[in-house]
Amino acid sequence: MSRADEPKSADTGVPKTADTRPPGPTTDKRPTSPLWALALFRSELTTTLRRWRTLALLGVLALIPILIGVAVKIETSDGGGFGGGRGGGGEGPAFFPQITNNGIFLVFASLAATLPVFLPMVIGVITGDAIAGEAGSGTLRYLLVAPAGRTRLLLAKFTTSMAFCLIATLVVALSGLVTGALLFPLGDVTLISGITVSFEEALLRALGVAALVALSLVGIATVGLFISTLTNSGIAAMATTVGLVITAQILDTIPQLHAIHPYLFPHYWLSFADLLREPVYWDELVKNLGLQGLYVAVFGSAAWARFTAKDITA
Amino acid sequence: MARIRPTQVADDGFWDEERPSRGKKAARYAAPVAVAGIAAATIGLVPALASTGDPNLPKISAQELISKMAASDAQQMSGSVKITTDLGIPSLPGGGSIADLGGAQGGDASAAPDAKLMELVSGSHTLRVATDGPDKQRVSIVENAAEYSLIHNGDEIWAYDSGSNSAYHATAPKGAKAKGDHRQELPKDLRDVTPQEIAKKVLASVDDTTDVTVDGTSRVAGRDAYDLLIKPKQGSDSTIGSVRIAVDADNGVPLKFTLSPKSGGKAVIDVGFTKVDFGKPKASTFAFTPPKGAKVTEEPTADRKHAQKDFGAKDFKDAQGALSGLNVVGKGWDSVARLDTPGGAAAPSGDSGPGAASGLLDGFGKEVKGKFGSGTVVSTRLVNALLTDDGKVFVGAVDKDALVKAANAAK
Repeated sequence: MSRADEPKSADTGVPKTADTRPPGPTTDKRPTSPLWALALFRSELTTTLRRWRTLALLGVLALIPILIGVAVKIETSDGGGFGGGRGGGGEGPAFFPQITNNGIFLVFASLAATLPVFLPMVIGVITGDAIAGEAGSGTLRYLLVAPAGRTRLLLAKFTTSMAFCLIATLVVALSGLVTGALLFPLGDVTLISGITVSFEEALLRALGVAALVALSLVGIATVGLFISTLTNSGIAAMATTVGLVITAQILDTIPQLHAIHPYLFPHYWLSFADLLREPVYWDELVKNLGLQGLYVAVFGSAAWARFTAKDITA
Repeated sequence: MARIRPTQVADDGFWDEERPSRGKKAARYAAPVAVAGIAAATIGLVPALASTGDPNLPKISAQELISKMAASDAQQMSGSVKITTDLGIPSLPGGGSIADLGGAQGGDASAAPDAKLMELVSGSHTLRVATDGPDKQRVSIVENAAEYSLIHNGDEIWAYDSGSNSAYHATAPKGAKAKGDHRQELPKDLRDVTPQEIAKKVLASVDDTTDVTVDGTSRVAGRDAYDLLIKPKQGSDSTIGSVRIAVDADNGVPLKFTLSPKSGGKAVIDVGFTKVDFGKPKASTFAFTPPKGAKVTEEPTADRKHAQKDFGAKDFKDAQGALSGLNVVGKGWDSVARLDTPGGAAAPSGDSGPGAASGLLDGFGKEVKGKFGSGTVVSTRLVNALLTDDGKVFVGAVDKDALVKAANAAK
């Protein structure tokens, strides 16, 4: 599933220009429109989304809310509540008890369930493959032949990763919403603070939650992109990225390491639930966004430094 | 493949890709390093800059400050409270602490407030509070992806635990003592964790064994505040080093309460607003209807709960309050409470859980001997307890020697 097997997208424009122009420097005639970067991004995104691998991953993501929904439905079909013997809050999967009464909670429950493992794994696979995969299959140098430049190619890859974070999250959220609407009743929503809001407002909040979850993933996406510039093996980059996600989460559970916890990218992931409080509790949300921004800045610039200085041998 | 031919592309400055020199390549890594450096500097500097200088406020005497606190009648406020407690309760090998015991007993998915109270006894918690007059209050404990809310509106008291989607309902008749049990006081206990209530209690206990001074100013939750320092007089056996209350310079509302042990180190109890707003909270803040399908527990009558409450309160939360009916030796800060229990060192109010707990306490205790015989001292950072072998229990926020002295005197 590499670029070499696929028809070259017309958007990259390389073959045409190369064919119709005389060989030699083409500096003067090169198109410099800002749309150029957009075209490259569009081509990247369609290439990514057209891969079977990507579609399979998105399919798995869409399946998770359905599985959760069906499981909760079966568990509670005898009329009993969910998890009767459970103690106070803080244990067990978040939002599960509320699903039976309001389908919209399936969106939150699915996001909370996929955020620790599935979503970062999918992001890791996509971003890890972004550059290392191209290098591994020998298509990277062809890409660089285009008069786009490495920085612009990296930017296109980065934007694609960000877009993919959003797409992956929306797939989970939409699948959760549809499943929730089909299996469970909808209606006014009691927020976790015990305050009841209309379904429309809850839907808006759900959209905000999805956006927050997507933004929570940009940190790991950028780290994945950086790792991808380090190696020529797509598999190695994916494995390292996914391994990093797991390591960071394990470190996050060790109380003795509490000093570094606020700097681990998964630390504030579950803070998206703060959007479901009334009034919204912003402290951790802001911290989460700041932390993700920091990861993007540090690893984004590191990826740029590495990729623009790298010897492309394959 | 045949269509793709290598083309030579010239540089254009920023998008420059053409074989940079080795030095140039290395220089690019300065970018991530610089970004990381700036971030680290910002993280380090911003708190330092934010806390520059305590506010300059006109001088005030301790007496004036106390009357200002007493006169303060901020009926409407809302905000976030951070509560950090470090009582030094020994941890169990399993990673839990004795404090968990109380919670575990009440853990059958009930949203009753007593179990929640126990949770506050250890660690750090964020509470959000809102008050609108004496009839409308709300306290919620912010948890991971969940929240525990306690809402008092008129004569209705609701507790909602979103983690288990269960609610607890009680009614608070105007004559709260009508039923003769202390059910109605439960929610009040949770309300008591706000800085105001704690400060009120502390001030009530100020007497001639106490030094009260105004010790500078500070900024709490973005507001200027006077620091009221309350200390036991020299020569006291108390384990309490000092109590510091930050009082809003504007309206006399206590904003922060810190209790430090004499042994030094981290504060034992630190309760303070991180955000505060003296505007009227939205009316919907105090409205609660149990969500469809939520398990609602009505005010329970079972004795088991009753016992549990005493157990929790006695040992860890509010020793003074729970033991007020008991023998108190000494006065002021040096008070020691004496409980006589028949039959060994079993904890006094135990019908259910406490038996197990006292076994644990023995494991953590230290043998002491004195004129009174022998016994076990169980120490926390604040409260020490002496369980004598003949079944007496001496509890107080005093050091070990004072407990032994009290036991000897009681002999």
